[in-house]
Amino acid sequence: MSIFTMPSLGADMEEGTLVEWLVKPGDRVARGDVVAVVETQKGAIEIEVFETGEVTELLAEPGQTLPVGAPLARLGTAGAAEKAPRPSATPTAPETPVPAGSARSAPAPSSPAPAAQPAAAPPRPAATGAVLASPAARSRAAELGLPLDQIAGSGPGGAILLADVGRQADAGPGTAPQPPAPAPKGKPGLDMAEMRRAIAAAMSRSKREIPHYYLGHEIDLQAAQDWLAATNAARTPDRRLLIGALLIRATVRALAKVPELNGRFESDPFAPSAPVHCGVAVAMRGGGLIAPAILDAQDKDTDAIMEAMRDIVARTRTGRLRMSEITQGTITVSSLGETGVDALFGVIYPPQVALVGFGAPRLRPMLREGIVQPRLAVTITLAADHRISDGRRGALFLAGIDRLLQEPETL
Amino acid sequence: MTPTQIRAAFIADLTAVAPDIDPETLGDNDHLQDDLGLDSMDFLNLVSALHRRFGLPIPEADYARLATPAKAVAYLQEATAA
Repeated sequence: MSIFTMPSLGADMEEGTLVEWLVKPGDRVARGDVVAVVETQKGAIEIEVFETGEVTELLAEPGQTLPVGAPLARLGTAGAAEKAPRPSATPTAPETPVPAGSARSAPAPSSPAPAAQPAAAPPRPAATGAVLASPAARSRAAELGLPLDQIAGSGPGGAILLADVGRQADAGPGTAPQPPAPAPKGKPGLDMAEMRRAIAAAMSRSKREIPHYYLGHEIDLQAAQDWLAATNAARTPDRRLLIGALLIRATVRALAKVPELNGRFESDPFAPSAPVHCGVAVAMRGGGLIAPAILDAQDKDTDAIMEAMRDIVARTRTGRLRMSEITQGTITVSSLGETGVDALFGVIYPPQVALVGFGAPRLRPMLREGIVQPRLAVTITLAADHRISDGRRGALFLAGIDRLLQEPETL
Repeated sequence: MTPTQIRAAFIADLTAVAPDIDPETLGDNDHLQDDLGLDSMDFLNLVSALHRRFGLPIPEADYARLATPAKAVAYLQEATAA
């Protein structure tokens, strides 16, 4: 038996709003399964469970804002599976509605109860109009151009849940030939002021606590660009690579020789991380950025890195990220893209210990075998934590990335 | 397809990639990257969508011909007619 609690998705997060349950009592869950959606400063995040067992009871309702550590659900873990009375409802029915504001959270004495017993907040009133709907349902309905008042809600009090929007959308043409909703500014449901605050908190902490040192190096990208052009010429657009995928692949591989730049400085002494969960700074259209991680990037070849980048950028901008992606990064790569300037000097994302910055690749005069030639070049920078590493090791790392990019076919 | 249909299709794919772009205020000579802020991933996603819709290969060498809505419509019209 264990209690599944409101997770912390960042040092500055104090509370989160439960948007939606993706499980119900009686469901079997395995470590890593997504069980709930929580609204945070980084938008709606899918929350994974870290144990295997059976959901015996849901202790929080969608709409409730709860402090970090508050109990969300009771899990019967394998071996000690306590049988909760199975709901008589059909599998597709929503869980039994609970009266508004009822705080039926009473963790067993032996369970790791949070320090403070949270007072369950009453469900938030519907933000606009008279239609009750979860934030996720609202944003999805807006994306699909479905008016909320035409969707049948199955949640508490008839509230529209994400699943209801899906059902309505799946009902096919004819049922709701609505004009598209006005295009939302940026990512639906994302509060720009909140995101700014989250960035401010993380970056202030970084500059307060981390003694940064910086290195910069110019890399000849012509070989990588030539290989990329030849490779992409034989591919349809959906399978083409971006130079960014090669840069990340080379960065991840170069870490193998300088492992102390990869990890999370959460306990002293620092222990490098074996897996490379490579954060990718994704600029949000409309401002701000999020740096979700490509998990286990060390096991991904260039094609797999590209696939992961496509997926994570799309979900950062318009979909949902997972808790593990925003809490487990071990290093971050930030790229200015094609239209940026020459170099970026990064601020480390704590508790990581290094950030790699790529400026905009650009044709520059470079010396090759004694002759000045126009070559595509990029300036790579490293911001690293001087408590953990020194300039000499950092230099080795950047030189390693350079070397790998000269032989793109072996990446 | 008529230029009007091609333009509508192009704008549908563009706004799917960048939902904050307002088709009403979109200028035919707006540069996708410089004016509308598409990054390389957005642009590749747009090219992928156009590839699926029109069944055209759209090689990288032709990317410059998609730089603005006006150029893209001319390019797509020429390529689909060929």
